[in-house]
Amino acid sequence: MNAHDSTLHAPGDGIANGAELLRVDNVTLRFGGVTAIEDISFDILKGEIRAIIGPNGAGKTSMLNVINGFYHPQEGTIRFRGDTRTKMKPYEAAASGIARTFQNVALFTGMSTLDNIMSGRSLKMNKNFITQMFYYGPARDEEIAHRRRVEEIIDFLEIAHIRRQPVGKLPYGLQKRVELGRALALEPDLLLLDEPMAGMNLEEKEDMSRFIVDVNQQFGTTIALIEHDMGVVMDLADRVVVLDYGKKIADGEPAEVQANQNVIDAYLGVPH
Amino acid sequence: MFYREAGQFKTNYKADSAIFPIFQDRMGLTLIVAVAFIIPLFGSDFLINSFMIPFLIFSLAAIGLNILTGYCGQLSLGTGAFMGVGAYSCYKLATIFPDVNILIHILLSGFFAAGVGCVFGLPSLRIKGLYLAITTLAAQFFLEWAFIRIPWLYNYNDSGAIEVPQRTLFSVPITGASATPMARYYVILALVIGLTWIASNIIRGRIGRSWMMIRDMDIAAELMGIKPLNAKLSAFAMSSYFCGVAGALMVFMWLGAAEVESFDINQSFDILFMVIIGGMGSLIGCFLGAAFIFGLPIFVRAMPDMMGFAMNSATADHVSRMVIGGLIIFFLIVEPHGFARLWQITKEKLRTWPFPYA
Repeated sequence: MNAHDSTLHAPGDGIANGAELLRVDNVTLRFGGVTAIEDISFDILKGEIRAIIGPNGAGKTSMLNVINGFYHPQEGTIRFRGDTRTKMKPYEAAASGIARTFQNVALFTGMSTLDNIMSGRSLKMNKNFITQMFYYGPARDEEIAHRRRVEEIIDFLEIAHIRRQPVGKLPYGLQKRVELGRALALEPDLLLLDEPMAGMNLEEKEDMSRFIVDVNQQFGTTIALIEHDMGVVMDLADRVVVLDYGKKIADGEPAEVQANQNVIDAYLGVPH
Repeated sequence: MFYREAGQFKTNYKADSAIFPIFQDRMGLTLIVAVAFIIPLFGSDFLINSFMIPFLIFSLAAIGLNILTGYCGQLSLGTGAFMGVGAYSCYKLATIFPDVNILIHILLSGFFAAGVGCVFGLPSLRIKGLYLAITTLAAQFFLEWAFIRIPWLYNYNDSGAIEVPQRTLFSVPITGASATPMARYYVILALVIGLTWIASNIIRGRIGRSWMMIRDMDIAAELMGIKPLNAKLSAFAMSSYFCGVAGALMVFMWLGAAEVESFDINQSFDILFMVIIGGMGSLIGCFLGAAFIFGLPIFVRAMPDMMGFAMNSATADHVSRMVIGGLIIFFLIVEPHGFARLWQITKEKLRTWPFPYA
């Protein structure tokens, strides 16, 4: 698909590329006595690919959960597109332009690929109950208009052949791709990817990397990415933030982070 | 050989989103509807009154429960009570506004059931699965209590039963003692076809998808912008509406009079069995399940007579219970996803028949 034909792009609300899209300020998240995230601040700029890395249990997924409203931090604020917020529900995050994929695929297993991606369009559909009841005029036109967009995503992700299959029966790599498609259907400003390449072979990883770069460049979608494959992270990310035990230990360009002694210690351990 | 979509190309999304995109399916449906319409001309009153009418009514109730349980994933044991709400409110409407057409009352009574369903659906926002089933059980018992203890609901009749007054449609009696089975059958058939069509429209659109999203993965559904409150309560409302209309039809067009026993927990279980045996999340399954659960006992009880040996009615009843129990287990082992799945497998097999390896 040619970038110029695409009608899919992040709306952006006039935020210039390179300007701040999301800012996390001194966020602390506790579960009882356990501090999952401690006083973390970082920003995500419009148009970049921002990687969040760290050893297991560092608080990466918790961080994403804070950003899209599953968890409410005890301290700190999150500013998205200039609006500061303290508490929000996941569906409000979705409405404000944040989409996400999950570490363990969270697709609607009983529905087809097509319906799964169509479900990402729910927020943009608003025709009332009566028209839907009879499936005439406005409701049907709306459905068809969104179907057109969804088919673009299906073409883009090269999953046309599994359009009608229930996603529960698809192989893992394709499920991950469908899940990316579902998130793209929201036309988000900010796309959170939680380990998009976990459990994939090299070829699948390369495919997925290509899609991520294409989404970022063609649609202009800002991406925050959690990933354990350092090769992928260093290649894709514009900037990397490193967490360890809920604290931020490094933040910067990939090469910088790679050379950082704290990061090396966190990953390789230190002699006691 | 005959059931194949080869050569049926869709050139636009409108054609692709039709309920029955395959020509053979449309023909089949037309045939079934045509048969349904001409059955009264050939069938006996017994067939119409004892099988076809209740079969259609229970199918409608099963569609109601399937919307909630099969499509939205919320288990409910209160179906009988919601049917009762429909029946009792239809009775009150018919006695308070005797001049309004009874069909309007029947369709309106569903809204009362929907309202009650919404109230008892509120716990679903916090609890799931079997625990939710227990709270709907509370609805069942509370409403049964209300149908007995609030005499206003049955107009202070000494019998405690609701009795159906005679009402006409285009001056043909359709309720009451003088309504012919044929007249009642056509009214029910038209209503069931119309409501099934509406249900299938809702299910394939945005609202139906939001239900299935909640059913399959409620966390991800929230992230797609679905408000659980709206999705779950709309499922409860729509489901109860269908159950309520089915309950009103059951009393007004089939039984003629009813007491609270018609809406007890056994009724809820029967409808639930229809949904499970028929197939969760399938409209055609509702009809197959209703035909099986309701029709099989009639058939089994008639068997000894047909085969020519005498059996007293009590024995026949016990035998039929055993046979049906066994068949339910058998079908669930053979295909846990119900008749709808068997039907789907049959269709897939038919597509390649007689050259399955081609």
